[in-house]
Amino acid sequence: MSADAALALGPSSGLSEPVRLPSPVTESRLAQIALIAIAVAFLAFFLLLPLIAVFAEALRRGVNAYFASFTDPDTLSAIWLTVVVAAIAVPLNIVFGLAASWAIAKFDFKGKSFLLSLIDLPFSVSPVVAGMCYVLLFGAQGYFGHWLDSHNLQIIFAIPGLVLATIFVTFPFVARELIPLMQEQGTSEEEASLSLGAGGFRTFWSVTLPNVRWALLYGVLLCNARAMGEFGAVSVVSGHLRGLTNTIPLQVEILYNEYNFVAAFAVASVLASLGLVTLAIKSGLEWRYGDQISAAHRH
Amino acid sequence: MNRRFALRIAAALALAAPLIAGASPAMAQTKLTNVSYDPTRELYKEFNAAFEKNWKAETGETLRVQVSHGGSGKQARSVIDGLNADVVTLALASDIDGIAKATGKIPENWQARLPNNSSPYTSTIVFLVRKGNPKGIKDWGDLVKQDVQVITPNPKTSGGARWNYLAAWAWARANNGGDDAKAKAFVGELFKHVPVLDSGARGSTTTFAQRELGDVLLAWENEAFLSFKEFGEDKFEIVYPSISILAEPPVAIVDGNVDKNGTRKAAEAYLNLLYDKEGQTIAAKNYYRPSKPELANPEDVKRFKDLKLVTIDKDFGGWKKAQAEHFGDGGTFDQIYRPQ
Repeated sequence: MSADAALALGPSSGLSEPVRLPSPVTESRLAQIALIAIAVAFLAFFLLLPLIAVFAEALRRGVNAYFASFTDPDTLSAIWLTVVVAAIAVPLNIVFGLAASWAIAKFDFKGKSFLLSLIDLPFSVSPVVAGMCYVLLFGAQGYFGHWLDSHNLQIIFAIPGLVLATIFVTFPFVARELIPLMQEQGTSEEEASLSLGAGGFRTFWSVTLPNVRWALLYGVLLCNARAMGEFGAVSVVSGHLRGLTNTIPLQVEILYNEYNFVAAFAVASVLASLGLVTLAIKSGLEWRYGDQISAAHRH
Repeated sequence: MNRRFALRIAAALALAAPLIAGASPAMAQTKLTNVSYDPTRELYKEFNAAFEKNWKAETGETLRVQVSHGGSGKQARSVIDGLNADVVTLALASDIDGIAKATGKIPENWQARLPNNSSPYTSTIVFLVRKGNPKGIKDWGDLVKQDVQVITPNPKTSGGARWNYLAAWAWARANNGGDDAKAKAFVGELFKHVPVLDSGARGSTTTFAQRELGDVLLAWENEAFLSFKEFGEDKFEIVYPSISILAEPPVAIVDGNVDKNGTRKAAEAYLNLLYDKEGQTIAAKNYYRPSKPELANPEDVKRFKDLKLVTIDKDFGGWKKAQAEHFGDGGTFDQIYRPQ
């Protein structure tokens, strides 16, 4: 027991006796239980129950019906398209995210905070608006519409539009994970590497990148989950051509609207499973490499 | 680890590249894109299969019909924004007028190019109520009773909703000695009973049937029949109002697109088949009123009740006028609808 604490309690308490500090939790036991119960009930009701409902609905007509949902060619093509879009958008986001966070964390330049807020923009802009912007730019009536049309290029209502919209909404995920960590790590290791004669590229490859690898993986996971699950932005630019421009979330809506409830929930369960797997890996990473993931986890 | 990581990224990119490239030749393959409105999903699923078979038999070519469904106004907007539709099969003429005006890809006289105002099938607006009709809904007037909740999609985005709106208007006008002001007041009152506006007809049907919201659904006749099939006849009843509207969902070739895509012949054959025996039979089977009932299966045709139907041309001066007056910016819908 520290002397400070004893002093604070005043002279009435004996100095030789161990001083009983008031518990940092001042609420009564009952209040504590009530608060925890409310929190748990809230989570169960708003998160767990819907999740269970998705799987329950998907399996309502049995396992065979569940798997039969995945024989529909339109559904298969939606799954394929989603993988394709993520396979393009996520690597590009890795490149952009690394470049941006490297520049922001390791260098000082004018307009840095502006760049930071730009990276955060997709978090604050509604995805639907993002989709609309691309329609305004690349739609037939848009700024580049005429030029694209005369060169027979289709962006909106085709895969490039879906990729663009996905990149937009997932843009912050990688950069946001890397920036705080890179900032905390500082530049001393890079300086050491450079002073030992390594080139800039070598330094990046052998020093900077390994230092952030788990944070990068973490960001990529989040980025991928969002890329595959995005609805609003891709809905605007998709055109909803069956078997051609529908991603998994759009296909779920279509199936639901066609009274195909089992199939709708079966396909939705794929997305939900993706979310659960992401969550599991994410927790694993946090548990195992917490200190290397983000500066925020270190303390 | 670095090298491996870089390799993995390279591999992912290499994997993705042929996919993007591969998408283009797939688009060049003979395909026909039909951009349609919301409740025609089942109709065109069946019809497209029939057409693909027919086309194969006639030309030996394998052709794939692609469809997109959504609220009619929204779909028209997508075509205007560049959705590469070879044919449009929308809920109302003004949406196709809109495409013609904004893009010039469809000539202005498009509606005269095919029989029956370019509508191979027609439909009408009916009420779908819960079994036993607990709220006793018989006609339009009952929709504004105190505790009645009405489900209809948004007239701004949905074609069906615009037919709903005008049918209600027509009834109120006929019951108020032709007074448009009173009709407007009635429709305004009606929309106070609408708790949720979905963007398309199918969304409203699921709201009513699956989510069990509301007491009455203003629905396409074909949607109402389809709900029986999907949810069971023991759940709903159809109520025919004393007056409804003859809904003519028109079809058109998007000339600008078919010439670019080289699909004119297929597009023409597609629309012609809709008017032919096969198309009329499939339409009637899917609860659309065939424009040539003699070609369809009499069993199917028997299901359609004779109704007093007003028409858009005679009673509302055509779609151009009705669209501007009621659904344009500042039109009657904007005036009466205040979300609560």
